Amino acid sequence: MNVTSINARLMQGNQACAEGAIYAGARFYAGYPITPSTEIAEVLAERLPQVGGKFIQMEDEIASMAAIVGASLTGAKSMTATSGPGFSLKQENLGYAVLSEVPCVVVDVQRLGPSTGGPTAPSQGDIMQARWGTHGDHPIIAISPSSVQECFELTVKAFNLSERFRIPVLMMLDEVIGHMRERIIIPAPGELEIVDRKKPKVAPSQYVPYEPQDDSLVPPMANFGEGYRYHVTGLLHDDTGFPSNSPAVMGEHQDRLHEKIRRGLHEIIMVEEVQTEDADVLLVAFGCMARSAARAVKEARAKGQKVGMLRLITIWPFPEEALRQLAEKVKAIIVPEMNLGQVVDVVKSAVEGKVPVYGICQADGEIIPPERILEKIEEVL
Amino acid sequence: MSSVAETTQQMPIAINLSWCKACGICYALCPVKVLGPDELGKVTVIQANKCTHCKICENHCPDYAISVVGGKKS
Amino acid sequence: MFAEIEQYFRTERLPHIWCPGCTNGIIVKSIVEAIQKAGLDQDKTVIVSGIGCSSRATGYLNFNTLHTTHGRALAFASGVKLANPELNVFVITGDGDCTSIGGNHFIHSARRNMDLNVILFNNNIYGMTGGQYSPMSPSGAKATTAPYGNIERPFDICNLAIAAGATYVARGNSFNTRQLTDIIYNGIANKGFSFVEAIASCPVYYGRKNKLGNAADMLKWQRDNCITKEAADRLPLEKKQGKVVTGILHHEPAPEYTTEYQKIIDKFQGGEES
Repeated sequence: MNVTSINARLMQGNQACAEGAIYAGARFYAGYPITPSTEIAEVLAERLPQVGGKFIQMEDEIASMAAIVGASLTGAKSMTATSGPGFSLKQENLGYAVLSEVPCVVVDVQRLGPSTGGPTAPSQGDIMQARWGTHGDHPIIAISPSSVQECFELTVKAFNLSERFRIPVLMMLDEVIGHMRERIIIPAPGELEIVDRKKPKVAPSQYVPYEPQDDSLVPPMANFGEGYRYHVTGLLHDDTGFPSNSPAVMGEHQDRLHEKIRRGLHEIIMVEEVQTEDADVLLVAFGCMARSAARAVKEARAKGQKVGMLRLITIWPFPEEALRQLAEKVKAIIVPEMNLGQVVDVVKSAVEGKVPVYGICQADGEIIPPERILEKIEEVL
Repeated sequence: MSSVAETTQQMPIAINLSWCKACGICYALCPVKVLGPDELGKVTVIQANKCTHCKICENHCPDYAISVVGGKKS
Repeated sequence: MFAEIEQYFRTERLPHIWCPGCTNGIIVKSIVEAIQKAGLDQDKTVIVSGIGCSSRATGYLNFNTLHTTHGRALAFASGVKLANPELNVFVITGDGDCTSIGGNHFIHSARRNMDLNVILFNNNIYGMTGGQYSPMSPSGAKATTAPYGNIERPFDICNLAIAAGATYVARGNSFNTRQLTDIIYNGIANKGFSFVEAIASCPVYYGRKNKLGNAADMLKWQRDNCITKEAADRLPLEKKQGKVVTGILHHEPAPEYTTEYQKIIDKFQGGEES
């Protein structure tokens, strides 16, 4: 690449997330102020009208989530951003978006909870809420960036996955990543892939809105106002979109929602392996903790300890397969996370007792430093 | 598809019995008692010749089961 | 003739789920007639609803329809309208949906003045859940959750809409269908937040519990107790007691939200990033 064409900037994670959204084609944002996510709203309030997009500050978090679903139905790639208490309020209409298969991106810049908690100290305490926050059984996609560069690139990816699978995608930042400033190289237009939702190929009279047309099980989606007059509801429904209380229909609907994600796992699951080839101890980390863990790997290696890291970029669906393969090779797994044990239990369940799993769990608003991870490594070796 | 399933010839009023829920609004409001209940309480025409095409029945049928044929456009 | 408005219905979904004598169907017909009279493009019209009896209306209407979550219809509708202002957006909601769980969305939508046409079906009760009192159940009314009579005071939702900044506010009822169609039609013409309270009757859960007679009796009550604003303005206060005032109660145009937003976009040539 020509040096002069490199668009290097010093940027905050939240800002990179907002710029990534614009790059991905987002043209609608609705939100409500809450620290530590507010910069995303502020940047987009300024940037969206510049590119012909729309920003609106809604009366609350519930309304913001509702508004982006409404906007997405007209064809606009849509996003909202929030933090813990607001994320709780998003859950109602997040479930609606899952069930009615409306693409959208929800950013949660995690802060210390529960409740108002410790504003606005960092935390990774919303991982289980991301998975199970809305009621009922539902699939979800959640992604966790570990750098400002990833805030940009994974936001693009989040929109792509959302459009591809017609599901809300959660960008699980944490306060550290959201507020951290570092160097970022803005990808040139066209450099990153942009995915748009599949549109129907049939005439409106032939359109069956929730009927999958291929093995992906993701039905093509018509935008409101284009002549395809169809019904969208939060009720379980058949392929026509109209509600049904037949157990067979409701069961099929639920199954398809899950199955479309299972079939797409190869596109959804993203992990990074750091020096895992010969590792005796495997660190499993995500978000800002992956930075601490990466440092611990480096220092442990300098001492001659064989330590590696599996970094979870996709958190939900959980990268079970990647973890299982590594569990065959390592002697112990350590999960440092800034909560009181959310991912560590999932790791334990995934490795099925094949290898001991230890958590370093802390929910006091402080980052777990590499030293604590190194101590744990000494302990388990 | 036509929603008016049972248009009886020479009747001023077409009734779609499959949509009628027997609420009784139409025959209670009919000023000249053209309409009345059948054995199930659903609407039936009892005195067709008295119909003035006032459309009170049609306008107040919550189930779109009544269409007054002829008369001036509402 | 139903045939004249049939194109606006998903007739294969009829008959609707509403109880015998529920007047929701009458109000829906007035909405459709107003849409027809206004000549709105069916493909460019979106109808949004919340949760409750009246909100089931969207399933029967042949437009792009959006049946949302409880109380949130206005928030979804705001997203639809702002994202694509070319769409005509209607909101169908009930007294519980709009004024209780959706109360915050209601006042802020009124304040924001986005071009939305909102029709609140007021049947004074939560029907879908079996007859609990709503913020629009009259004081003293009985409900399953007010077995000794409602000790709360109801909203005058039209006054609340006016206070919150709605630019068009009207009230009608399911007996006077011509008036109801007209006030919805006039609301469509208002470029801004247009609010219509449509008095509905619920003979099964509200009427029975409160000994208001059958479905026809409840409609006759509307006929006999609603007076137009014009008539009310001429009556002395004591003669207005217990009467419900209908017609256009307020019309005061103000800058519309999506139009104002477009002005901001236009500053940047309304186009893509340069």
